[in-house]
Amino acid sequence: MRGVRAWLDERLAFSDVIDALRHKTVPHHRYSVWYYFGGMTLFLFGIQVGTGALLLLYYRPSAAEAYESVQFIVTRVPFGWLVRSIHAWSANLMVACAVAHLFSVLFLHAYRRPRELTWFSGVLLLLLTLAFGFTGYLLPWNEVSFFATRVGTDIAAAVPLMGRGIVRFMRGGDEVTGATLTRLFGFHVAVLPAIASGLVALHLLLVQRHGMSVPPSIERQAVHDPAAVRAMPFIPHFLLRDLFAWTIVLAVLAALSTFYPWELGTKADPFAPAPAGIRPEWYFLWAFESLKHVPPTIAGINGELIAVAVMGAGALAALLLPLLAGHTARARRAVVWVGAVALLFMALMTGLALSAAAP
Amino acid sequence: MHSHNTPSGRRSVLNWLLGLWGGGVCGAVLYPVARYLAPPEIPEAATQSVMAGSAESLAPNSARAVAFGSRPAIVIRTAAGDLRAFSATCTHLDCTVQYRPDLQRLWCACHNGQYDLNGRNVAGPPPRPLEAFDVNVKDDQIALSRRSG
Repeated sequence: MRGVRAWLDERLAFSDVIDALRHKTVPHHRYSVWYYFGGMTLFLFGIQVGTGALLLLYYRPSAAEAYESVQFIVTRVPFGWLVRSIHAWSANLMVACAVAHLFSVLFLHAYRRPRELTWFSGVLLLLLTLAFGFTGYLLPWNEVSFFATRVGTDIAAAVPLMGRGIVRFMRGGDEVTGATLTRLFGFHVAVLPAIASGLVALHLLLVQRHGMSVPPSIERQAVHDPAAVRAMPFIPHFLLRDLFAWTIVLAVLAALSTFYPWELGTKADPFAPAPAGIRPEWYFLWAFESLKHVPPTIAGINGELIAVAVMGAGALAALLLPLLAGHTARARRAVVWVGAVALLFMALMTGLALSAAAP
Repeated sequence: MHSHNTPSGRRSVLNWLLGLWGGGVCGAVLYPVARYLAPPEIPEAATQSVMAGSAESLAPNSARAVAFGSRPAIVIRTAAGDLRAFSATCTHLDCTVQYRPDLQRLWCACHNGQYDLNGRNVAGPPPRPLEAFDVNVKDDQIALSRRSG
């Protein structure tokens, strides 16, 4: 064993890395529970890659066969229902963990210098996660996902000049058809994973390079009371806590997938009306509900265009937060307020969408 | 003064050539990829009319969904007994509308848009009316046709 290790170490030189990890410490304070959400998101990403690969073995990406192949997976393939259910639930938990991670980083001001690139890569990863959700949603080719994709892609039509081109790029033509299915399938299983893998690697490298950020309030407290921040060894203390968090995630995932298997719904019919009660996945509900309340025109301008512009500006502001936010305590308070208002708006709109009944 | 014969002058020419080569390679790769990603336009003969089934079997205050080329259409028999037909694609975000007998209106389930029996957008976010089709009945068969002009 020792001989094999020495042989490998001579070629890979990994003992330096292990040595560094042995000496690595993580700050421990009253907010350190939020450090675990990034790891949980990464764990769920791993589950998505694994279950996604398993689904690929039976899934057929065409309008004529997609629904039937998923039906085959959940009814005939041993444990197929479980694999598909885990993939769908894990996607939802992954979005939830990524959003919790983003807002905790925002509220604890971990985006500050020198962690700007970590924040940029993180926001891009959240957007990629949403893109994974959007592209994966259509793949079972059911009624709900068909209309969600029609609406979701048509929103881009509001963009001046390029709108129609963007819609055609996403749909693979003018309508949502089998061409859209194969296109979104390609994005979902090849293009997005390739980009995500690179960004995850960069994000993790940056987290290792800079270490965990200590919130400014704790830093101030530590000046008078050094016990406010203690150093926790990464191996084994933090690593075991990480594994414990992953185990909880796995337990929740297994329970949800088993007791609430993900439904398949009815096959998409391009000529049938949109069914009553149609709505997108919960993480797009706030945008869906907002679009309902935007009037057709505002001061003579297309209302949809204004909504798209506001959402785009919001996403851009979130991405560029470390450059926009100042370094003073007052600027940090402003960031907390803006973050809280955004969170409250999204929660309110989601609540409204969930409680909305047909007229 | 740099001249092309000095080492730094030669280096700047080489850098310029290297940049030109790099730009050329990137362009030669990216242009076909970008063109490949945009789906080709497939010319399709515009559908001018379709048959929409039996008129007799369409009860008052009900509707029937039919395909009009590659797009959905809807034929309604109003409570008063008239036949009307519209494109069923909501002008807001491309969902497919349905007839609501309780409201006697066309309703889009996606964002709660409503149209009256003339296809006019009367509630919710839709910005434009629905396209109306001409309805003719011959031997109990409903024919829908696109209005000219």
